[in-house]
Amino acid sequence: MTDPHDHDADAEHVVYPGARRADRRRSVDSYGIEIAVYEWGDRDAPVLLLAHGGFDFARTYDVFAPMLADAGWRVVSWDQRGHGDSQHAALYSWGADGRDALAVLDSTTDTPVAVVGHSKGAGVTMDLVHGLPERFTRFVNIDGLPSARPQPDVSDHERTRMAARTTAAWLDHRRAIASKSRRPGSFDELAKRRGRMNPRLSIEWLRYLVSAGARHDPDGWRWKLDPSMRFGGFGPWRPDWSLRRMPKFPRPMLALLGMMPEEMGSGLTPDDVRPHLPPGTQLEVFSDTGHFIHIEKPREVADLVLRFLRDSNP
Amino acid sequence: MSADGFQTLIHAKIRLALHPLEDRPGPRLLLLHGLGQRSPKQTPNEIRDWPGSVFALDFTGHGASTIPRGGGYTAELLMGDADAALEKIGPATLLGRGLGGYVAAMLAGARAQLVRGAIVCDGPGLAGGGTEPGKSTGPIVADSTDRAPDPFALLELATDLRPPDYASTFARQALAGSTATPPVTVCALERPEWLTAWLGSPAATPGTLADALRRYAQMQ
Repeated sequence: MTDPHDHDADAEHVVYPGARRADRRRSVDSYGIEIAVYEWGDRDAPVLLLAHGGFDFARTYDVFAPMLADAGWRVVSWDQRGHGDSQHAALYSWGADGRDALAVLDSTTDTPVAVVGHSKGAGVTMDLVHGLPERFTRFVNIDGLPSARPQPDVSDHERTRMAARTTAAWLDHRRAIASKSRRPGSFDELAKRRGRMNPRLSIEWLRYLVSAGARHDPDGWRWKLDPSMRFGGFGPWRPDWSLRRMPKFPRPMLALLGMMPEEMGSGLTPDDVRPHLPPGTQLEVFSDTGHFIHIEKPREVADLVLRFLRDSNP
Repeated sequence: MSADGFQTLIHAKIRLALHPLEDRPGPRLLLLHGLGQRSPKQTPNEIRDWPGSVFALDFTGHGASTIPRGGGYTAELLMGDADAALEKIGPATLLGRGLGGYVAAMLAGARAQLVRGAIVCDGPGLAGGGTEPGKSTGPIVADSTDRAPDPFALLELATDLRPPDYASTFARQALAGSTATPPVTVCALERPEWLTAWLGSPAATPGTLADALRRYAQMQ
């Protein structure tokens, strides 16, 4: 039985070792969509953008970002449309996420910046660096390299049936979402649900995420994430396209791979990615870490990023 | 029904305008317009012999449908628009011009049981943005507006990528699940690669609009 009132009194005070809220919070209007922006560190320090992954939000950087800020960077992150405290949009697309990211960058500085992206956030910002290299100096990719997943070894007939199920499920979802809201639960239920996606993260961290990424409604706690979003899907994009142009990536890159298998992970191995990396890319492999490398090992990742930012030539 | 004579459908956060052009018993025909266009106010001459009801849908950002803020258009979203219309009117033959033809063909695969034949005609947005991205993909920027068509729709759907192998997945779905023979008839003279992929499959054949309408009306 859900008790909608458990922990509501102390949600604002949930703490996690090393976690620090942003020093500043502002909003950016991206073509009519209000984007929530968070900043850690000195306003006059060089800018470092942090892009979060799909179904995450900027405050998942509450431990990692302060480490970078304390080393002399103005760290700027944002909730992607439909995520965290940013406005829910009617439409979502990769291109729209790129435009929103650019709106945040435009609102921050016209000087070229370094950027760190995790998972989908890495993919979106990689495209921005490709398209607008003059706006960026260096790039860190945390477990978000493109991959050409092998097709399942099934017959054409079965493959067609799988594709049909995927498209039909997506259309069914579209038919139903007008009246949908996220399922409410107690504070700890939300943390446990999130734990099914992030099985390697501690319950203390998951509870901290609930305190930042969920809201308390009269019938319980709900993630702020737009309920119209769902995992999976389909579309025309071919992973080969991203792989093919990666060797020409125009800025120095540090790429991190987490090797422990996870639902949200890419499943990529170093051998999968090495042939496609641009010359000079620094590849760091975390054999005992999952998809959320910067959350499992924030100090280690922050040190790698800071060394890369110090030593690489834009 | 609005004062302008259209019904409003809800597709997620979008209010879609569905225009009933003919209300008759018999097979249903759904018209899907081209990129940047809107539904006709009256039944076009070339389909006046259709024996049943005729509807026309304004896609998201077009005609009298919602213009969302901040873009984010995809052809798949528009397929969801057309599917919302099918949910309202029931199984139907689809007649799409340009972009509407691409959407009709996709839906003929994705909702093979509900689409009683799809007809692809020439019109704006038939080709899309080609089969793969250019060497450098940068963000597309448009100004927001309250007037249809939404500039974001024009920009994003004109650059929508349509690789042939992606189109073929819908052709195979149509072939596996459709009761229409063939599931898709191609009246268009323009033959972008996605459409050539369809025509390379038994799921689509070239034909005239009049013949296709007659055949699909009889099937229903």
